[in-house]
Amino acid sequence: MDNNYLQLFQYILSGLANGSIYALIGFGFAIIHNATGIINFAQGEFVMLGGMLTLFFLVFCGFPLAPSIILSVLIATIIGVSFERLAIRPLKNAKPIRLIIITIGASIFIRGAAMLVWGKDTHALPAFSGTDPLYLAGATIMPQHLWIFGITLLVIVFSRIFFNHSIIGKAMRACAYNPQAASLVGIDVKIMVMISFAISAAIGSLAGIIIAPLTMTSYDVGIMLGLKGFCAVIIGGMSSGLGTVMGGLLLGLLEALGAGFISASYKDAIAFIILLLILFLRPQGLFGAKETERV
Amino acid sequence: MLKVNNITKTFGGLTALEDVSLSVSPGSITGIIGPNGAGKTTLFNIITGLYTQSAGKVFLEGKNISYFPPEALAGLGMVRTFQNVELFGQMTVWENVMVGLHTKSSSGFFGCAFKLPRQIKEEKLIREKSMRWLDFTGIADIARMRADNLPFGKSRLLEISRALALEPRIILMDEPAAGLNSRETLQLAAVIRRIKELGITVVLVEHDMDLVMDICESIIVLNLGKKLAQGTPREVQENPEVIAAYLGED
Amino acid sequence: MITEEKRQVFIFLIFALALLAAPFFFRESYLLTVLVFIGIHTMLAVSLNLLMGYAGQISLGHAAFFGLGAYLSGILTTRFGLDPWLVIILAAICAAVVAFVIGFPILKLKGHYLAMATLGFGIIIYIFFNETVDWTGGPSGLPSIPSLQIGTIIFDNDLNNYYLVWIITLCVMLLSINLSQSRIGRALRAVHDSEVAARVMGINAWFLKVQIFTVSAFISAVAGSLYAHAMTFISPASFGFNFSVELVTMVVVGGLGSIYGSFLGAAILTVLPEFLRVFEDFDVVIYGFLLIIMNMFMPGGLISGLELLAQKVALKIKKKRPSDA
Repeated sequence: MDNNYLQLFQYILSGLANGSIYALIGFGFAIIHNATGIINFAQGEFVMLGGMLTLFFLVFCGFPLAPSIILSVLIATIIGVSFERLAIRPLKNAKPIRLIIITIGASIFIRGAAMLVWGKDTHALPAFSGTDPLYLAGATIMPQHLWIFGITLLVIVFSRIFFNHSIIGKAMRACAYNPQAASLVGIDVKIMVMISFAISAAIGSLAGIIIAPLTMTSYDVGIMLGLKGFCAVIIGGMSSGLGTVMGGLLLGLLEALGAGFISASYKDAIAFIILLLILFLRPQGLFGAKETERV
Repeated sequence: MLKVNNITKTFGGLTALEDVSLSVSPGSITGIIGPNGAGKTTLFNIITGLYTQSAGKVFLEGKNISYFPPEALAGLGMVRTFQNVELFGQMTVWENVMVGLHTKSSSGFFGCAFKLPRQIKEEKLIREKSMRWLDFTGIADIARMRADNLPFGKSRLLEISRALALEPRIILMDEPAAGLNSRETLQLAAVIRRIKELGITVVLVEHDMDLVMDICESIIVLNLGKKLAQGTPREVQENPEVIAAYLGED
Repeated sequence: MITEEKRQVFIFLIFALALLAAPFFFRESYLLTVLVFIGIHTMLAVSLNLLMGYAGQISLGHAAFFGLGAYLSGILTTRFGLDPWLVIILAAICAAVVAFVIGFPILKLKGHYLAMATLGFGIIIYIFFNETVDWTGGPSGLPSIPSLQIGTIIFDNDLNNYYLVWIITLCVMLLSINLSQSRIGRALRAVHDSEVAARVMGINAWFLKVQIFTVSAFISAVAGSLYAHAMTFISPASFGFNFSVELVTMVVVGGLGSIYGSFLGAAILTVLPEFLRVFEDFDVVIYGFLLIIMNMFMPGGLISGLELLAQKVALKIKKKRPSDA
């Protein structure tokens, strides 16, 4: 196959893989935002925790891969819920600026704690099913890519079912639209909020785990990943569904193509320029519905 | 003074206002009444520049102000108060009223930072004038109190003082009597009458029928987004359609 | 009769005198260096406070303007040999223009979106500093920045830099205090408390936010220039997200809306890492912890805590002397 096409395919592949991760992280933002109205700046840190914790269990504790993953997701979820109970719930009605500062504080705290515990080195997580590449029409696909796409798809399908067909999921959506009405019909908003944090932390940490074999992990991957996930969800219009997925994939693609054809060192800047452009020109996102004015 | 022509406002699928027209004569006290959901606050928000109408025009003293934002309307002499009093909670009562004089003063960043003589003079004037408006509504004694510590009745009066400091030609009040007891409502009525004496046109949206019938010279009735009637209190009270609309209410 | 205004002037004079006299008590060079940093950080914190505390607009990218001032000063003096004093003004104006232009779209955003946008902006500028190696020297930094000079006085030692930095910082503080008590200050606080009511009162909220953003950027850039000339070496690491967060922490810890609070916050956060040198990497954790705790329990910052303390003390004194009441 033509070399240029191959290169393009590689860029697209890695772009889509990264994009899936951004989409997953974006989900986390959307779920919390839709349940509480706040943006959890610490979301990126859950992603970081996923990779780092798995590494810890795998390498330092010698556990096999699957239990390590499960344990990490569990611990990240517990941390997420604790954060909600301790720092967010008491300030339910505070001004947004206070909540922003608190979630920023939490993200710094978690990041700093990770640095203390695990140091500043970057680590590679071993790929789930080895590193033997698969060949598709002459191009190389790593098995990890398949894991990423597969798991992302699973999460999407699962969340679709959850939010549209389960009682809890529907209750959470009700809370997002109108917390007062929801509590009037007997939905415990506090629990819904807690669940939203739990789900976001779980998905976030999972995202961190599946990308770690490809892009290394360290104590400070959370910032960039978190921001890019945020970018994805903004493009997607804060939806906890297909919009964010499209947003993430689009971002990943643009980033990979930009890095490949324009400049690799400005790769990160691409995501933020896109973020600013979207916020300036179409803050409701490319795929979100236009907000109607509240009476 | 104020003319509203064929205002229609739709929110998505909901038609909040349909082809509403009205006029307010200068120096009068006009009331806008109607059952809940009639569209009164929506109309208010459109007139005062917070919402954009789907169709129709608004004129202030002959000038087309249809798409003017609130800050521009302030410059033309239009001011409003809010149903849920919107005070500057962290500032004192006095400072709140001083903000009302923003359009009547002009010192900028440079003048204020360097305390130029012009700014010092202007600041003194702002303080004096705002104190007079506090006297007008009788809350000068609590001038130094933090605004969000005020009892509700006084916070309403503060909002009025602040609005008057702008030296408006027309003041629109959104349910000024809501949450006031009967003594405070009488106090409010007296304040409104004194505002009229200053030559300022008053328009109010209100639910308190006693107040409306007492002080308004002209009343406009809205129902389900449409104008039902306009006339003197007596005419409106005797209008069979109005009575029918309010059946079961006050 | 002691009017409020005279009291304010008195407090400021005491504060200024204390700071101007401090070197006589802190002859030791190390402490002076720390104080110089406190000065620069205070200038930055005050500028950010105008935006966050008064206008209520959060900025997580303020290190960018600090960096712009530093790099413009560094580059224009080392590579083009321009007069450093002129460059300080040019750099500040440049930063102000950037702020003005980007301010319009950015300040249409509110709350979290504004926070994210400023964060993104800050990171873009940081990447720019890091990648334009030909101009900025990239991650290895920009060395050999000349010291400032007035006649025969060269600002290449701690004592001279101390006075240079603090005289300018005190001026900035005084101007900010004046501003906060004036018509503009009230307008800013009005926008913060109730933007809709502020607009109804004729304040063009959007434009005012852009203006204060611009002023804040100007001051931050001046701080950056002073920093560059004092350190004679700058690198991108000082102007990234971490520092932006540090600045926000200073403002929050000191007290949003209090100019003296910004000094407190800057002082504490400059000194803390010095104390924690032993526990080198703890500073990040502590910043995070501080942000959370301060915000939860003392949202008004340390200044509000101190004021409360002062009130309680004053009350106790009153109680002890009922005859003087």
